[in-house]
Amino acid sequence: MNAATPKIAVKDLSLAYSGTEVIHGITFDVRPNEILGIIGPARSGKTSLLRCLNRTIDFIAGARVAGEIRIDGADIRAVRDVHALRRTIGMVAPLPVGLPLSIYDNVAFAPRCAGLTRRADLDPLVERCLRQAALWDEVKDRLGSLGTALSGGQQQRLTIARALSHQPEILCLDEFSIAIDPVTTMRIEDVLRELRREITIILVTNLTHQARRLTDRTMFLWNGRIIELDRSDVIFSDQPSRQETLEYVNGIFG
Amino acid sequence: MNPVPVTSVQARFTRTPLVVRKERQQAAVRLVLLAMAVLMVLPLVAIVGHLVVQAWPALSWEFLVDVPRRGMTEGGIWPALVGTVYLVFISLAVSAPIGVLAAIYLNEYARDNWFTRAINLAVITLAGVPSIVHALFGLGAFVYAARFGYSILAASLTLAIMTLPVIIASTREALAAVPVAFREACWNVGATRWQTIRAIVLPNSISGILTGVILQVSRAAGETAPILFTGAVFFKAVQRGDLFPYRLTDQCMALSMHLYTVSTQVPNVREAIPWATAVVLLGAVLAVNAAAIALRVWLRNRKRW
Repeated sequence: MNAATPKIAVKDLSLAYSGTEVIHGITFDVRPNEILGIIGPARSGKTSLLRCLNRTIDFIAGARVAGEIRIDGADIRAVRDVHALRRTIGMVAPLPVGLPLSIYDNVAFAPRCAGLTRRADLDPLVERCLRQAALWDEVKDRLGSLGTALSGGQQQRLTIARALSHQPEILCLDEFSIAIDPVTTMRIEDVLRELRREITIILVTNLTHQARRLTDRTMFLWNGRIIELDRSDVIFSDQPSRQETLEYVNGIFG
Repeated sequence: MNPVPVTSVQARFTRTPLVVRKERQQAAVRLVLLAMAVLMVLPLVAIVGHLVVQAWPALSWEFLVDVPRRGMTEGGIWPALVGTVYLVFISLAVSAPIGVLAAIYLNEYARDNWFTRAINLAVITLAGVPSIVHALFGLGAFVYAARFGYSILAASLTLAIMTLPVIIASTREALAAVPVAFREACWNVGATRWQTIRAIVLPNSISGILTGVILQVSRAAGETAPILFTGAVFFKAVQRGDLFPYRLTDQCMALSMHLYTVSTQVPNVREAIPWATAVVLLGAVLAVNAAAIALRVWLRNRKRW
């Protein structure tokens, strides 16, 4: 694969819920091994966009997707195994969801669904994912206790470990840090910087500082349209190319 | 800042006439609601008490395992007891799997389209159909059209159709109580619908599903009309204490039907016998309901979120 091929190519993507269009024909690329930030106010289509990427939008009644999404050049509507597609994308939702299983089983769930059942394969994988999510030290002595009994911040890191457990090539984080303390957030941000050597990361965040710290490029999404997509140092500078971006980033939007 | 004088603190919390009025109102409402709750329990206690007192002379182990004697005016209720057990088990063996699987489809797989809405409407309608209409349907469909004749099979299937919509409804409720966020988390990591159902949804809804099914035991045991038309019979000669007296194609006796017969159709019945039959029926129903509650408590203690 040459470096010019985008990891994800989105072309004229539109999304409507029961006839109401919420994403209006957006086109953008995500480059391999970059961290792409997506910023934008509530209801601007950020989460919906992520649902389109891993096709969990299929589960939502009345949702209609038009346009094209290609991952490594392959149209995601044409994939033979949608479950394998979902495993190439790790998804971290904004609210922590520990599954009502043990901590170990929470992380081992996805590999098991994919057919990996040998304990000898699972054990190192579970440990690695929990370490990457900065949770291992807190739970290593009680992997058998319930994931739902963890604190909110711990459950969020468990969610991150679960998203890494199926060894994704793309990791989407949807405001992952709203339930986590600043110190842990920093640790996970370090992990993300590590991970980007191997995978591509999409980071939806409303913390402009976080986007500035982590991302290579940032996309400003507003009301289902891309207002601006550029290098993050441009977006967060005094002179982005669009006035709206400047106003939004500085909190004087509207 | 000066410390707040004690008197003024007391003044702030004095019972004004308004407060007193609210407190009285509160007490009155509480009393009325309590009275209603007690009023609701009274008839139950009265019924059970009256039944047991009236039935006392006839109640014994013999009454349970003996067959009716002297033209049903004496003896026990064994054939009816076993018949009811047959009907309940066979009908639930049919309706529970169909109902639970149908509910899983409707709740987890079905899209919201005209077909699903039609099924939902059918379920609701079926749940509202009076049991006597089920009886007529069973007579036409199973006894005549399917040529099962008047038999345990026809009666059980009629009861199964009667309990089916309620099992579907209670199962759907139990499934819907599992948060959608769990399902989404599973889908996000590439689990199929079925993997999600098996690993997360079913283990966390099984208590509600089983409770719903078990509560239909008492309904199937208590109904008279559906079996009266399709397979229950006035009298059937059976060995005392025989555990397997009936074949599927036989007609059978049943407790609810037996209660009706000995109360109204047979002259000179020993007075305590109908009461004792009612006590056995009620006792069986209460025992099953108690088992359902115990099961639910046990499973809920293992619930994991």
